[in-house]
Amino acid sequence: MDIINAIVLLLNYIFVPALSYGSQLALGAIFVSLIYGILRFAYFTAGDLMSFGTMFTILFTWYFQSLGISLGVLPTALIAIPFGIIITIFYVLVKDKLVFSYYRFKKSPPVMLAMVSIGTMFVTQAIVRIVIGPFDRRFFDGEKFILKANEFKEITGLNEGLTIKSTQVITLLVTIIVVSILFWFLNKTKTGKSMRAYSDNEDLALLSGIDPKKVVMITWVIAAILATIGGTLYGLDKSFKPFTYFNNMLPIFAAAIVGGIGNPFGAFLGGYVIAFSEILLTYAYRKFFVYILPESLEPNSLIQLLSTDYKFAVSFSILVIVLLFRPSGIFKGKVL
Amino acid sequence: MRQNLDVIIAYIIMLGLIILVGLFQSWSIALSILCFCLISAVMTMGANIQWGYAGLINFGIMGYTALGGLAAVLVSVPPVKEAWQVGGLNMIFSVILIALIVFSVRFIIKNYKKSKKRNYGVALVIIVGLILLRLISGPAIESIEAVSPATTGFLGGMGLPILFSWIVGAFFAGGLAYIIGKIALGLRADYLAIATLLISEIVIAVIKHEDWLSRGVKNVIGLKRPVPYEIDLQAKEWFINLVAKFNQGTLNLITDSLEKEQMLKQLVIEGSTVFVKLCFAGLFTIVVIILLIITQKALYSPWGRMMRAIRDNEEAANAMGKNVVKQHLLIFVLGSAIVGIAGAMMVTYDGLFTPGSYRPMRYTFLIWVMVIVGGSGNNFGAVLGGFAVWFLWIEAAPIALFLINFFTSGLEETNAFRLHLIDSIPYFRFLMMGVGLLLIMRYRPKGILPEKIKHS
Amino acid sequence: MAFFSGENMTGGYGGADIISSCTISVNRGEIVAILGPNGAGKSTAMKAMLGLLNLKSGKISIDGKDISKLTPQNRVREGISFVPQTKNVFTGLSVQENLEMGAFLREERIEEIINEIYELFPVLKEKSSQIVGELSGGQRQQVALGRALMTKPTVLMLDEPTAGVSPIVMDELFDHILKVKKTNVAIIMVEQNAKQALSIADRGYVLVTGENKFSGTGKELLNDPEVRRSFLGG
Repeated sequence: MDIINAIVLLLNYIFVPALSYGSQLALGAIFVSLIYGILRFAYFTAGDLMSFGTMFTILFTWYFQSLGISLGVLPTALIAIPFGIIITIFYVLVKDKLVFSYYRFKKSPPVMLAMVSIGTMFVTQAIVRIVIGPFDRRFFDGEKFILKANEFKEITGLNEGLTIKSTQVITLLVTIIVVSILFWFLNKTKTGKSMRAYSDNEDLALLSGIDPKKVVMITWVIAAILATIGGTLYGLDKSFKPFTYFNNMLPIFAAAIVGGIGNPFGAFLGGYVIAFSEILLTYAYRKFFVYILPESLEPNSLIQLLSTDYKFAVSFSILVIVLLFRPSGIFKGKVL
Repeated sequence: MRQNLDVIIAYIIMLGLIILVGLFQSWSIALSILCFCLISAVMTMGANIQWGYAGLINFGIMGYTALGGLAAVLVSVPPVKEAWQVGGLNMIFSVILIALIVFSVRFIIKNYKKSKKRNYGVALVIIVGLILLRLISGPAIESIEAVSPATTGFLGGMGLPILFSWIVGAFFAGGLAYIIGKIALGLRADYLAIATLLISEIVIAVIKHEDWLSRGVKNVIGLKRPVPYEIDLQAKEWFINLVAKFNQGTLNLITDSLEKEQMLKQLVIEGSTVFVKLCFAGLFTIVVIILLIITQKALYSPWGRMMRAIRDNEEAANAMGKNVVKQHLLIFVLGSAIVGIAGAMMVTYDGLFTPGSYRPMRYTFLIWVMVIVGGSGNNFGAVLGGFAVWFLWIEAAPIALFLINFFTSGLEETNAFRLHLIDSIPYFRFLMMGVGLLLIMRYRPKGILPEKIKHS
Repeated sequence: MAFFSGENMTGGYGGADIISSCTISVNRGEIVAILGPNGAGKSTAMKAMLGLLNLKSGKISIDGKDISKLTPQNRVREGISFVPQTKNVFTGLSVQENLEMGAFLREERIEEIINEIYELFPVLKEKSSQIVGELSGGQRQQVALGRALMTKPTVLMLDEPTAGVSPIVMDELFDHILKVKKTNVAIIMVEQNAKQALSIADRGYVLVTGENKFSGTGKELLNDPEVRRSFLGG
């Protein structure tokens, strides 16, 4: 019984939260990786693009709520996402046309484009703050829990409860669907294959008649879709605050690099690597050991490897270690 | 002279703008803008050395700034004797232990061949070391932080004049840069940018949460100044006389003696803040000028020529037998050290150290905007960039208010849209920075004052 | 009139002319080798024919049609295909996907063409789902050839196909090139290994400082004492 209690404890505090946080990071990391693979620069606007998409999703959610439209037990935001996506796609395409295409045409070095993306980061941040303000906002509605700790205890008779929030399940399901479609697209369709080919060998892709404009455009569209969905899921699960989204850029980059930047599948896994290590290394294992060890060996300290203050620092340290020992990433980088 | 005309004109315009602020807003505001412009200029010079001379992207400026600030605390705050008594010894042991871990890892890596065994050995040393570290430092940290936590709760500093920290800050930042450079300089440019950005976040996390060292988010306030305090000045005879002399015209207009005294008092209070800020501005100007002279000399020395050669064609420079890695490391350390100076200067000016306020937008990306806008590779450009961008950053709000009023003048005073825009004024500075950066990069990619290579 | 030819081509990359009144032509089912010392403009001549270089003067024509003004992409449509010297495969894609990308511009079903390539290079069929980056050097060269042949070209241009491959692989590769020749394709290749190239080429051009210096059948060139002395090492 104690063992089961211990397992439930880990499930509740580590596995479930890490899985949903990892999915949110993964969606971001995939598009950062995709942009790096195809457009060949580090896209520093990543976090703010997510907050841009989420902001419009929230605005549409409010609009639908004011009309009395709702999904019942599901959050209204789910029907608002497509509208948020459309506006975000429009925004990235305009941005590409006005800003990035010039440098691409001039064949500027990647560093230049990364700097330009800092310019667009400032602008995007300003737009978000001017439109919706810098405050913390919650826009979740519907049924909050799928499984409550008390119910779980009652059903199983265990000491430890297991809480599953509906946002966690939604996050996981949506991520699975979106990522499956994306990898199907990249691996099975002609356009998807041409994107991989372009990322692999630009010159040869051009010689083969692949249209760079189309490839770039589709990349931005995918980025906008993933950014909006990932951002909205994060906001539903936690809350929406522009500054947090900007900061999320850092673990997202860490995930993308750990997974081998330019490789979306690696980035997808990288998201979970970062999420799990953040939570595993900062969790206090005391209770866990109380369950599995005999009383005489019970620990009296928290058994916490690092204080939760260092949550971010963990992912960055992993990144630094990966950069040092395997710069191509754990899952072999480059090539979509 | 003629070829430097653009530099002179640009600087005159900049000074003119600051003077305008003095005339229309207040001299106190103008001077604090000036002080921060000077600090920004130092930071920008540091970043510019790395980017402009060597093409290295350092997105870790925030980290070095904070380390400089930490130096100011550790130098100027008097030591907390009680804290040293309860935990000082253990902390010293901990530092020795860390050094031991590092050296033994290095020893193992140097003296044994690459093998699985070696990796396990290294891992074992690190794990055992960390556990020991935890055991030694853990209780000490707890007891240090328990020493009157409301006022101290940390080890304190050396109790030396804060001006020393400008040098110590440089060493702190340079030391960190040496470690980071050893680790990360081999990376491709954009990887280096990301790595440095993340490492600077780690630095901030440590400063924020290691309370025994820096008091963390509880902040350190009341740092000693290198210049007089306003209160002291207001009591000084010579200062009052000085203020009276300066304002003779206004004072003479007032006939009532009581009113005159009142007026003088007011003027002395205003004058004291201006005087203090002037002192700071003077100190900062000296730093900027010294740095400018050194960096200009360096730029046109054979070493500077070599750096540019490396930047423009790394392979060729490598082939010519120049040790590119070593030079990059050197410049990375030097540039970061300069940023460290700026960090210490800023905390000195503020008189307080607030780890929670270090955010990448303000301390990394804004500085980069300054570098790009000013003109990378040109020290005068970098300084100007620091001035211009900081000025805009501060004056963005009034400018935005003016523009909003202008463009919405057709709308009613209570129009919701207009009110919303006016509420959002603080965020227009981001917009201005972004648009400014994009415009400069598009239409003047070498900055306001582009790099000039003298062919002599 | 040759099937594919560049006549009196003059031009360079902006600065001085690298090739001047250089003429190269090839017929279907024929292999032509372009030889010459380093910097003679061999690759430049080929790029000019591909359209990667703006010519000051000269005329490129295929099957009697003047294509001098067409972009490289449109020349591909006219039936010209090119295998670059390096980076000539998509290393991260499978063999099959490499071939599919070769036929990117083709709208109709491409299974048939892929099967034809597999018949030509049976080893590719075995490895069809393998990632190209994991293949051997010789197999990669086959993928590169196969990718170029997916457009069903009438002209195939090879830029130093044997650079950096071992002698065994070189022999194998030449066999493959001969196989391609049998499918009635016109082949132009730039080569450093003059002797070997001439052994399979029907004709050869020797360029020196961007001009035609010698030309003739492979045998003629191999037996020409002057060519032997200056380019074939005695």
